[in-house]
Amino acid sequence: MSDKPITFSRRSFMRTSSLAGGGMLIGFNLFQACKPSVKPPIDLSNLDYNDFNAFIKIANNGAVTIFSPNPEIGQGVKTAMPMIIAEELEVAWKNVFVKQGILDTKYYTRQVAGGSQSIRHGWDALRQTGATAKQMLVNAAALRWGVDANDCKVSEGVITSPTGDTLGYGEVVNEAALLEVPEEVSLKETKDYTIIGTETVNVDIDGIITGKPLFGLDYTKEGMVFAAVVRPPAFGQKLKSFDYSEARKIPGVIDVIKIGKKVQGLLEADPSFGSKISPSDKIAVIAKSTWQAMKAKNVIKAEWEDDTFMESTADHDKKLTDLLDGTQWENRRKDGDVNKAFKEADTVIERTYESPFLPHNCMEPMNFFADVTASKVHLVGPIQTPEWKAGLVAKMLEREPEDILLEMTRMGGGFGRRLYGDFVLEAAEISDAIGKPVKLVYSREDDMSAGVYRPAIKYRIKAAIKDGQLTGYHLKEAAINDNMYGLIPNFFPAGAIANYQVDTANYQSNITTGAWRAPYTNFLAYAEQSFFDELAEAMNVDKVQFRIDLLKKVQPEKDERIQYDPDRMIAVIKKAVEKSGWGQQPKGVFQGFANYYCHNTHVAEVADVVIENGKPVVKKVTCVVDCGIVVNPMGALNQIEGGVIDGIGHSMYGDLAFEGGMPKASNYDRYRLIRMKEAPKVEVHLMQNEHSPTGLGEPTLPPAGGAVANALKAATGQRIYKQPFAKYPELLKIIEEPIIG
Amino acid sequence: MSTYQLKVNGAQKSVTVDADTPLLWVLRDELGLVGTKYGCGIGQCGACTVHVDGMAMRSCSMTPSQVEGKEITTIEGLSKDGTHPVQQAWKEVDVPQCGYCQAGQIMTASAFLEQHPNPSEIEIKNAMHGNICRCGAYNRIYTAVEKAAKSS
Ligand code: FES
Ligand code: FES
Repeated sequence: MSDKPITFSRRSFMRTSSLAGGGMLIGFNLFQACKPSVKPPIDLSNLDYNDFNAFIKIANNGAVTIFSPNPEIGQGVKTAMPMIIAEELEVAWKNVFVKQGILDTKYYTRQVAGGSQSIRHGWDALRQTGATAKQMLVNAAALRWGVDANDCKVSEGVITSPTGDTLGYGEVVNEAALLEVPEEVSLKETKDYTIIGTETVNVDIDGIITGKPLFGLDYTKEGMVFAAVVRPPAFGQKLKSFDYSEARKIPGVIDVIKIGKKVQGLLEADPSFGSKISPSDKIAVIAKSTWQAMKAKNVIKAEWEDDTFMESTADHDKKLTDLLDGTQWENRRKDGDVNKAFKEADTVIERTYESPFLPHNCMEPMNFFADVTASKVHLVGPIQTPEWKAGLVAKMLEREPEDILLEMTRMGGGFGRRLYGDFVLEAAEISDAIGKPVKLVYSREDDMSAGVYRPAIKYRIKAAIKDGQLTGYHLKEAAINDNMYGLIPNFFPAGAIANYQVDTANYQSNITTGAWRAPYTNFLAYAEQSFFDELAEAMNVDKVQFRIDLLKKVQPEKDERIQYDPDRMIAVIKKAVEKSGWGQQPKGVFQGFANYYCHNTHVAEVADVVIENGKPVVKKVTCVVDCGIVVNPMGALNQIEGGVIDGIGHSMYGDLAFEGGMPKASNYDRYRLIRMKEAPKVEVHLMQNEHSPTGLGEPTLPPAGGAVANALKAATGQRIYKQPFAKYPELLKIIEEPIIG
Repeated sequence: MSTYQLKVNGAQKSVTVDADTPLLWVLRDELGLVGTKYGCGIGQCGACTVHVDGMAMRSCSMTPSQVEGKEITTIEGLSKDGTHPVQQAWKEVDVPQCGYCQAGQIMTASAFLEQHPNPSEIEIKNAMHGNICRCGAYNRIYTAVEKAAKSS
């Protein structure tokens, strides 16, 4: 179940210290706090790189600054996480400042970076940290008054003694900094929250609406030059030779160099990064401005040679089908005997679902700043996994980890692409070679054609029906480079069907692939939710009741692998039925249903499709979400709406085909993203409960494709077995023109 | 390289760049006005939208000679301290997710509302259709434009 207690010791992840100019600094490690056994960090003046990744500073005037540990990729964690701390610290939100960046004190001069972790991981640690800091301030005041700390009260940063004396946090902070960190503190009850659960505008809003330099591409440093990189046009090619005489003539061009040796050395030492970056040599153009670098890059004459096989979409299609038809399976879960169920069935239904490659298309193209000098390596930019990248750069340049200083900027989208940081390695290699601070910039074309893509995947699902019951379910996944992560085989309908089996297979491609918002489930949910509808049709039962009846059979208490909560899921489904008017839609409105659990969150969505001018249009999506306690409803709704629209956009239009190892689209003239007129109204309903907060950035995306596919079936009579829907041949035959809003 | 006299956010600026340098990169690299964003470079996404004589234009697709003598306004110059009604509506509705596309969205919306103070739903959607938001903040963009129209 999703509310497993997390145990840890405060001493092991928190340290407090006085600040030179007065005030108190609390350093804590958000991620270590989630693990039960950690070694205590050494004293604050001599920190290890990974000791702390988050700080609270309480100044003499009572001002509270929270240095948010998480890089902001648009998920709102930079707002939500400090809200949790502030709640337990008992300070007014308007007196809290949230910052991200180097904390420049005499105790701490290095930037330490945390990875992208969800609210769920930080929930306990953040509350404990806030409560502990509050307790120390109260203890200091109680000592001064000579009273029992338990008799003191706190509100909005002011401590009140039993006799009515008051002291502000700022007045006792210097004394508090000298006290022991208490081991036992009590946390607030949900009903007493004054910050958590309030609509809070994201903390960077003023900077965003006035165009402040927040993003990696906006970063600049004295003496910085710009680099653009020529990479192999096709996956499977490597650099043979190049002529840069024309490029050198372009004003502002400083140098043209070959890079790749360092990255290749790293790949040899650490092959785990192999499917994330091309091993070929590349050509880096260094210039005084972005435009000059981009322009010069385009006139480099490079010769490439075929190194390994250059794949096309037709090859992917064939290989994945061969895998599905083959016998090389890895079993991921097996309950009962599916083959026996199929043999004894009245009806067997088997369907295959297909999806294409997808680029991430972060609105801010990949970029990174690097300044490699003899004394240090300074890296700045948008990255979701700073610790991992700092480590890889140290290894690649054969430097000590403490030479690396990595600063994170706000990110113009992540969606998984900025987990990889292949661009960090390239930027570091270039700066190392030219001995200058450099910003590596990707053009949109670079960004889309040197991706770490979501690979094409096929699912084949087979089900047995006997005596009106679902008696067998066999899910097979054929994928590229990797397969579904370990929890997925235990997602619904695991636990609901006696004979249930999940098998996976993959083949290795030279196209770089990786995680993409809601990995695997972003496509699997559509496949399964479409399939459930077909099963319900075959069994002649109500589609929603069919799902509820299956959920009722699940007994998570008897199977610890089951993470989803069938009762929470049923509640979400019922709410979606009620709010969407499921089954009572007006004439001309066609509805599709889908529900899904991933990232610890339960979601149900109903899509409303109408036919306008002979084509189906998604008008509205009703989305019900159970993500536990909602820290910031304003931010949560924004995430939920975005996830639904992203899910619809990519299932309708997302398609990156390959020919001879080359992606066939590299900019928005050929690659279609959802736009304003195609975006339906998303109506969100949040479940109210006291469960710990769970993920929001991803879980509403997967069911969106399923709900839309099911609504399109209702509207047109056509089932869709392949993404993108807008290109599905059978659907195109029915409708008069391409689907647009 | 040639020298151009540009009027940006009310101030006269002299820049020396290659004649084919897009206005986008003149603003970002030469003038340090990085609020205007690069998204595609081919006029397809709207991230680079600025006002040229009050019209919303794609700065990635304009050269300095095309804008000499014209009034260029970037997100930094839309208002003092973010008080333009469109900026305020963006804040009230909490539109941004990652935020990267939003300067372009705001510049498109503000020029549009200048011409269409009482827009219909479809007019708003048509006007904003050229600006991609990869995070899918379209519902809020729509709400904020509607709100700004009412408040100005
Ligand atoms: S950068 Fe100008 S329209 Fe995309
Ligand atoms: S808010 Fe991220 S692209 Fe629009």
